[in-house]
Amino acid sequence: MIADVVTWLTDSSHWTDTKFDTGIWTQLLAHLKFVGIALAIALLIALPLGLFIGHTRRWGWLVAGANALRALPTVGVLVLLTVIISPHFQGRTDTGFLIPTEIVLVLLAVPPILSNTYAGVQNVEPGIRDAAFGMGMTGPQVLLRVEFPISLPLIFSGVRSATLQLIATATVASYLPLGGLGRFIYDGLAQQDYPQMIGGGVLVAALALLTDLVLATIQRYVVSRGITRRFSSKQAVPDSRIAAVHETDGAHA
Amino acid sequence: MIRFDAVTKRYPDGTVAVDSLELTAASGQITVLVGPSGCGKTTSLRMINRMIEPTSGTIWLDDTDTASMATHELRRQIGYVIQHAGLFPHRTIVDNIATVPFLLGTDKKEARKTALELLERVGLPPHFAKRYPAQLSGGQQQRVGVARALAADPPVMLMDEPFSAVDPVVREQLQDEFLRLQQELGKTIVFVTHDIDEAIKLGDQVAVLRVGGHLAQLASPVELLSRPIDAFVAGFVGRDRGYRALGFTTAGTLSTRGEPTVTLGAAIPKGTDTDTWLLVVDAQQAPQGWLDLGADFTGHETVSDELLYRGGTLATQGGTLRAALDACLSSPSGRGVVVDDGGALIGSVTAREVLELIEARETERQP
Repeated sequence: MIADVVTWLTDSSHWTDTKFDTGIWTQLLAHLKFVGIALAIALLIALPLGLFIGHTRRWGWLVAGANALRALPTVGVLVLLTVIISPHFQGRTDTGFLIPTEIVLVLLAVPPILSNTYAGVQNVEPGIRDAAFGMGMTGPQVLLRVEFPISLPLIFSGVRSATLQLIATATVASYLPLGGLGRFIYDGLAQQDYPQMIGGGVLVAALALLTDLVLATIQRYVVSRGITRRFSSKQAVPDSRIAAVHETDGAHA
Repeated sequence: MIRFDAVTKRYPDGTVAVDSLELTAASGQITVLVGPSGCGKTTSLRMINRMIEPTSGTIWLDDTDTASMATHELRRQIGYVIQHAGLFPHRTIVDNIATVPFLLGTDKKEARKTALELLERVGLPPHFAKRYPAQLSGGQQQRVGVARALAADPPVMLMDEPFSAVDPVVREQLQDEFLRLQQELGKTIVFVTHDIDEAIKLGDQVAVLRVGGHLAQLASPVELLSRPIDAFVAGFVGRDRGYRALGFTTAGTLSTRGEPTVTLGAAIPKGTDTDTWLLVVDAQQAPQGWLDLGADFTGHETVSDELLYRGGTLATQGGTLRAALDACLSSPSGRGVVVDDGGALIGSVTAREVLELIEARETERQP
């Protein structure tokens, strides 16, 4: 069985488009498009909202409300929205299917980004907020120059978990007549071509891992070392004894 | 100058944190607000830079009503140091210090240069500039906190229990350096603490507040110790007030007598009948401790460290009467050891001589 999956994946004719079949590369791009659009919209909604709620400590119920959205059955909502929306789009366009898909995906991606952004900002040490205001920063300056950079690790973890979920769930696009890596899974199931079905699943998993790796790398460069505490060994965090020595050094400097 | 004019802070639930406070913090001086918890000292401080808005009354910054300014403008003119320093963890030390200059739009290069100078001024090595707060100890972070408050050279500084989160040894160091810094800079400082000893050590004037936000007494430290206005202040200022007040009177030049000594590492001398305690000094003439000549020296040829009695404190010539008296009282021989600024032995005085000096001072003061 595993050998069949490997054979299916390594067959170069499966990767490129043919007259009858769409290849893996094309479906991969389609998959990434669904994910990319949903992630962009989710970020546009959840990031500013999370920052605002965390900073002002108002409208906290919105976060709880968004989290409740996670309980919605994805396929059920997808079918419902498709029935409502797709009749408005006629002809040779797949917009009528794309819109319901993206709505479902956005609903899925907003909660983790929103709640992590909110938690990140809200958990900034009160002393640091106090100092920032006390130095004479305005509200937006405190948010953008202090609270946002400090909450980046939590924000990133929200974005990463949202992305993983998007990549896994974007397969439902193929439940509708749309492309994406889900195509192989649904078609494999329908044709009882299990190597194709499992191969599709492996591709989705591989894409998820690879994307997470990319995001982790970005996070490494975007988040300040002062927060991640990745200090070069030469200037590692001093233990208390070294600190005491520095203290005395300082006193006589 | 900062002036509280009938300032009251009442919270919506009816609690009065500060009750029509009248207080003037003189320019170039350290005014310490001290009192038990719940006395409104921190609230009073935070009303100056409007981190808390007063319910009624006016706080004047020189001739400006602070309520008439935009809060962020006001705060940029006032240095602010808080208990755990509150440094920004994502910024390097140099950028932390330069926070306010950055806000004021100072050229980044210029601001960082000033920040580096300040880093040295608060006693930290320049290579700390590129580090992050997490790499510094609590005491070092607090130094950076002070430097950050000084960065835009504000005439006024507010300090909210800045030294209370560090251990006692570091605290004393920070206090001493803070006083040295203030001597150079002459800022108008309002300082909050719950520690009356810190208040007395640092304050040019001390405001004792009682629970409910009333000013109990505003006085110089020595007056507070010698003339507490009521039982509350007396109780809060604590015991040994008379003795502690001596810490504010310089002894002048003490007339000492020479003290026979033996150098560390020399042979143990034979004891005389009259005096069993002999002062031990090192090669630089710095007193190390006392040697009990009546003791049993079996197994020892020379004067070594473990034979010394080290309980005695040292008085510095030109220091306070308190230090002189303490040196006498703590010395096993009854003779207080007096040293010069470099720590080298000058001679000794007795408690009787110091007391005579104290009595002479009293007569001078009340002829």
